[in-house]
Amino acid sequence: MSTLASPKTGARRRPFSGPFNWRRAIALTLLALAVAVSILPFYWVLRTALSTNGSLAANSANLLPADFNLGAFKRVFGLQSASEAIAEGGSGASINFWQYLWNSLLFSGITTACAVFFSSMAAYAFSRLRWKGRDAVFSLFLATMLVPPIFTALPNFLLIKNLGLLNSMLGLVLPYLFMTPFAIFFMRQFFLNMSREVEEAAMLDGAKHWRIFFQIVMPNAAAPIATLALLTFMGQWNEYFWPLLVGTSEESRVLTVGLGVFKSQSPQGAPDWSGLMAATLVSATPVLILFAIFGKRIVNSIGFNGTK
Amino acid sequence: MTTLTKHSGQAARSPRPKAGKGEKQSLARRFGDLKIALFFIAPAMIGLILFYLVPTIRGIYLSFTEYSILGDPEWIGARNYERIAKDPLFWNALGVTSEYVVINIVLQTALALGLALLMQRVAKSTLVRGALLMPYLMANVIAALLWFWMLDYQIGIINQIIEWTGLPRVAFFGSEQWAIPTQALINTWRHMGYTALLIFAGLQAIPHSVYEAASIDGSKAASTFWRITLPLLRPVLVLVLVVTVIGSFQVFDTVAVTTAGGPVNATRVLQFYIYQRAFNEQDFGYGSALAVILFLILAIVAFIQMKFLRGNQSDLD
Repeated sequence: MSTLASPKTGARRRPFSGPFNWRRAIALTLLALAVAVSILPFYWVLRTALSTNGSLAANSANLLPADFNLGAFKRVFGLQSASEAIAEGGSGASINFWQYLWNSLLFSGITTACAVFFSSMAAYAFSRLRWKGRDAVFSLFLATMLVPPIFTALPNFLLIKNLGLLNSMLGLVLPYLFMTPFAIFFMRQFFLNMSREVEEAAMLDGAKHWRIFFQIVMPNAAAPIATLALLTFMGQWNEYFWPLLVGTSEESRVLTVGLGVFKSQSPQGAPDWSGLMAATLVSATPVLILFAIFGKRIVNSIGFNGTK
Repeated sequence: MTTLTKHSGQAARSPRPKAGKGEKQSLARRFGDLKIALFFIAPAMIGLILFYLVPTIRGIYLSFTEYSILGDPEWIGARNYERIAKDPLFWNALGVTSEYVVINIVLQTALALGLALLMQRVAKSTLVRGALLMPYLMANVIAALLWFWMLDYQIGIINQIIEWTGLPRVAFFGSEQWAIPTQALINTWRHMGYTALLIFAGLQAIPHSVYEAASIDGSKAASTFWRITLPLLRPVLVLVLVVTVIGSFQVFDTVAVTTAGGPVNATRVLQFYIYQRAFNEQDFGYGSALAVILFLILAIVAFIQMKFLRGNQSDLD
């Protein structure tokens, strides 16, 4: 982590001085190419979303939007009449985009808040408290990381079905509510390195563990909690398999699943490309916004789980 | 993976209130903060039991039954597994998945290693790292749709470019030969930056003094890479490989959204096959047995990788 945050460049880096360095130039070109491959597709999505389907075919290689217009976005937001939509290459069937967006927000928001909180509680017990069997129980939690999601998804689906919670928000969020093994592991690492002094002083003043947890440990761990919440939220926002199984009604469908439905609604085999790309872009927007605001924090969190 | 348990040694020295004498104190010494700890892990414990442990046992049980959701599960012994052994679709799925895993791993690891070295040498900026990470933050579904459009046979931009260079158009999703490599390429695009960052973090952890010593000894760049960088990177590379292989075996989203198993069975990967059996055909017993097989494969792969590559030992120590 620390190595990521403070790259020591300065001294050895003189981009515009000295003799021209071929190897450096080639390296920079390759890196620029990789960056381009990573981000240019997003421009192509935007360009397509701002085009009309009719013009796309004729101008398929034009770098600018073909016949610039906002019809595709209107279609996604349900602001276009069915006849207009069909004229522009849409299916004319309405998509409850706002409903899906709301569902995605609920699904990701609720699971993130609960899982991060409960996982922090467990991490506290695994790091700051001393009790018999602690390491064994912690290993059990870690071991669940090895179970492939699809393996538990089948019985979990049956459980949710038996509880009568299919196609409900509760059914969607339930398996994620209580913890994720990764979150426990993540928070535990920070709690282990926290100084004990304030905590001990509070102990002497007679504070109980839950007060120490809420008033000392949690506030001091605000930064890692924020990072974890961010990562969890994005992960949940992008989740597809479980919502595909459990949330298939209009009332419980999230955006990722909705996108799949939108794609399959194409009339006579010719997909509504501009509509599809507009929907894709809008679905990715929350993550893009989070990335724009917290980019550095997200980037610096990579490398945590592996190397330190 | 040793890092996971590394810190358990420095166990929390929990300051217990100086309680009374005799029995009360010895009890406290024996159980420590057990009572309060139970309170703190209670929610996580409920989650663990309800959604991990019980489902694991139930999944194994169901794999020995015939179960179509409507009735009750009926115990049929190992018959599902016998069926799997003779199921051409299963062997096809296994083959297709393996092909996907191999292409994905080779491409992704090689590209990521190259990118990490480039970052190390010429640009460590957060901006570059952020740009490379962007695809990883997108949903699989979004990556799939984005490339489904860019790789479209008729009007996709990639086929336009291919045509300009004078080569024939490629039916990326439509041909049996290309369907799996295409899926692998999409996921490589999505993960390469993330993997590169993991390796980059590993590179940063190699002390500079090692390189200085090598250059004093007259080591050339190439041999420094093969003899120093790569061996010292091994723990990180093993971790990356384990995570990527396990992740690739579970490919589903991109396939489900783009080709849905086709053309013919060319992209019917294991997880998609399990999904079809269990949910489309309501054959839960058979689906569970297939899931057990997938579980076993992943466990074996992880075990072999850790064993052979000695992932938990670092040459730095």
